[in-house]
Amino acid sequence: MSAATDIPVIAVRGLTKSFEGRKVVSDLDLTVNRGQIYGFLGPNGSGKTTTIRMLCGLLTPDGGSGTCLGYDIRKQAEAIKRQVGYMTQKFGLYEDLTIRENLTFVARVYGLDRVKARVDQALERLGLDERACQLAGKLSGGWKQRLALAACILHEPKLLLLDEPTAGVDPKARRDFWDQIHTLAHEGLTVLVSTHYMDEAERCHEILYIAYGKLLARGTVPAVIAAAHLSAWSVEPIRGDGTEIAALSRQLQQRDGVDMVAPFGAVLHVCGRDEAALDAATRDERIDPRYRWSRVAPSLEDVFIDLMGRSQDNFQ
Amino acid sequence: MNLFSFSRFAAVFMKEFVQMRRDRITFGMMIGVPLMQLVLFGYAINSDPKHLPAALVMGENSVFARSIVSAIEQTDYFRLRPAPITEREADWLLKTGEIQFAITIPPHFSDDLVRGRRPALAVEADATDPVATVNAVSALINLDRTALQHDLKGPLAHLAPNPTPFELRIQRRYNEEGISQYNVVPGLIGVVLTMTMIMMTGLAMTRERERGTMENLLAMPVRPLEVMLGKIVPFIFVGYVQVAIILLAAKFLFQVPFEGSLTILSLAAILFIAANLAVGFTFSTLATNQLQAMQLSVFFFLPSLLLSGFMFPFRGMPQWAQWVGETLPLSHFLRIIRGVLLKGNGWVEIWPELWPILLFMLLVSALALLRYRRTLD
Repeated sequence: MSAATDIPVIAVRGLTKSFEGRKVVSDLDLTVNRGQIYGFLGPNGSGKTTTIRMLCGLLTPDGGSGTCLGYDIRKQAEAIKRQVGYMTQKFGLYEDLTIRENLTFVARVYGLDRVKARVDQALERLGLDERACQLAGKLSGGWKQRLALAACILHEPKLLLLDEPTAGVDPKARRDFWDQIHTLAHEGLTVLVSTHYMDEAERCHEILYIAYGKLLARGTVPAVIAAAHLSAWSVEPIRGDGTEIAALSRQLQQRDGVDMVAPFGAVLHVCGRDEAALDAATRDERIDPRYRWSRVAPSLEDVFIDLMGRSQDNFQ
Repeated sequence: MNLFSFSRFAAVFMKEFVQMRRDRITFGMMIGVPLMQLVLFGYAINSDPKHLPAALVMGENSVFARSIVSAIEQTDYFRLRPAPITEREADWLLKTGEIQFAITIPPHFSDDLVRGRRPALAVEADATDPVATVNAVSALINLDRTALQHDLKGPLAHLAPNPTPFELRIQRRYNEEGISQYNVVPGLIGVVLTMTMIMMTGLAMTRERERGTMENLLAMPVRPLEVMLGKIVPFIFVGYVQVAIILLAAKFLFQVPFEGSLTILSLAAILFIAANLAVGFTFSTLATNQLQAMQLSVFFFLPSLLLSGFMFPFRGMPQWAQWVGETLPLSHFLRIIRGVLLKGNGWVEIWPELWPILLFMLLVSALALLRYRRTLD
C-alpha cells in the first residue's frame, strides 16, 4: 500500500482515551501532512503522550478512528509500527548494551537487510561512530538522545513521533538535534514532535496546541499568535531595585482587562485579550514616571499561557 | 549533627510503610503466602510415609504365605496390590517407580519351611530414596520372628525359636548401601534448575518495564512468541552448564552411579528447563515489578522443594498433596533423573513422567502468551 503524497500522513477524528474514568484525550481531530515538522505543544498531562501512543498503536483508543500512513490505527498497528519511528520520552534503549549493539538489535528486530552497513551509516550520520563501543548507560543526555534518534530512523520510517526528545538536553545538543530533524524533514520525513520549549516550537512548520485532551490552536507560529488577538505591553523600571515591579505585578493581576502578567528578569510582560480594556486598566500606571511602558508584539509563550488559562476556564 | 536522630529514622520508617501499603500485591503476598504455606506444608509433609505401594510375587499360595502377607499388611507401611504379579512385572514396576517394594515368596516355601531349610523371603525395595523406605524396612525386621507365631504350634513348635523359621532377605535395589547422596545429588539438579531458571526469566519482562525499555520494545514490530523464545533460549544454555557441573560433581565428588544414557538425560533436561523458563516468563508477565516477580518465584519454588519428593518422601503426603505435587514439573523430573542415573531407565520407562512436563510447559507457555500485553493499555 503506498500513500499518495496528497493523502495526509495522519488523519484521525474523534480520538478519545480515558484512564480510570478520567478523559485524557477527548474527541481529538488531527491532520498531518507529509514532509512537515509539527510541534505538539501543551501543558503537562494535556494528552500529548497518550495521543502519540495511540497513533503508533501502543494504546487502543476508546473512541474515534482514523489512519496513520494510510493504515487503520485500530486494526493495523503492526503495519504502522514498521513505518513509524517512535522516540519515547524516557530513554528506551538498553543501558547495558553499547551504542552499536543497541542499533544492531533494533535493526534486527525490524528485520532489516545489510544490518552492519545500515548501523554504520546511522552511526556516521549522527556522529556516533567514535563512541560506538560505549555503553549507552554511560552516555550523557545529549548523546543518549542522538542514539535514540539513530535507532528511530534506522528502518527508514515515513513518520517520526518524538515525545519530548530534548527534555534535559543542553542548548547546543538541542540545536544539533533540530538541525537533524530539519534535514530529515527535507528528505521527505514527516515529524510530529512534542516539546515544552518555545524556541523549538518556533522551528516547526506548524504547531498543534492541545490542553485537556482538546486541540485548541493550530497553524504556523505567526498565525497562532495572530489568532490569539493578544495585546502586550512591556514594562521596564527606570530606577529602583525591582521590588516596585513585583508590587506592580501583583496590582495589575487583580485588574479586569489584564489577563496575564509575567516577569522576565526586571521586565514585566502585561497582556490582555481586549486591547481597549487592557489600555484602560493600565492607564494610571502608564503615566507613572518610575516605569517605561512600551507596546510589544505578544510572544508565543504569552499566547500559550493565555491559551492555558482560557482552556482551564472552559474546562471548569 | 547528632549521630542518630529519631526524626530522621522515623521519616524513613514512615516512608517505607507508605510505600509498602501502595504496593498492594506485595503486601497481600507478604501476609497471605506464609499463611497458605503454613497450612499447605503443615498438613502435607510427613517424613514417616506409610501405605507404600508394594506388590507380591507369590511362588505358592499356602497358609504360611497368607500369614506372612497379613503380617506385612498389619505393619501399616505397605499397600499391597490386590493381585500377585510375576517377577518380570515386579521388576518393571520397581523400575518405573510404580511400586516401592516387591515381596517374593518363593515356590516350595512351606515345604522348605517345614523341613527346616529356612527358605528366603525376598523383599526388594526401591532405595533410590532411602528415607522413604527406611521405616518400612525396619517394620519388617521382626517379621521372620513373629509372622508365623500362630501357625507354628503343636508338632511344628520346634521350628519357632532360633534360628528363625525363614530368612528375611531385604535387598535395597539401585542403592544397595542406602547412601542418601545418591538420592539428593541428582535431585539437586532439578532443584537448582527450578530455582535459577524461574528467577532469571521471572525478571525478564519486569526488568524491561522497570528500566523503561518496554515501551520502546512494544513500539517495534516484534511478536510475543519471538520475545518469549528470545528471552528463554539463552537460559537453556545456562541450565546446561548447571546440569554439567552438578553431574560432574555427582560423579567425582559423590561417586553417584550413572547407569543410564546421557543423551536421554540431556533431552529430558531440555524439556524440564524449558518448562521452568516458561513459568518464569509467565511470572514476569504477571508481576508489575521485580520484587513481585521474585515473590512469585519463591511462591512456586517452595512447594516445588517441599512437595516434589525432594525434601520429604512423596508418598508420605496425603492424597490431595500428592495431586498438588503431581502438577509440579520437579516431581516428575526427580523421578526421571533418579531413574536414569540410578536405575538406568530408558525412554519407555521415563515416558510416564515426561509427558506431564511437556503438558505443563505447553499450558504455561499458552498462559504467558495470553498474558503478554502488546499495548500499554
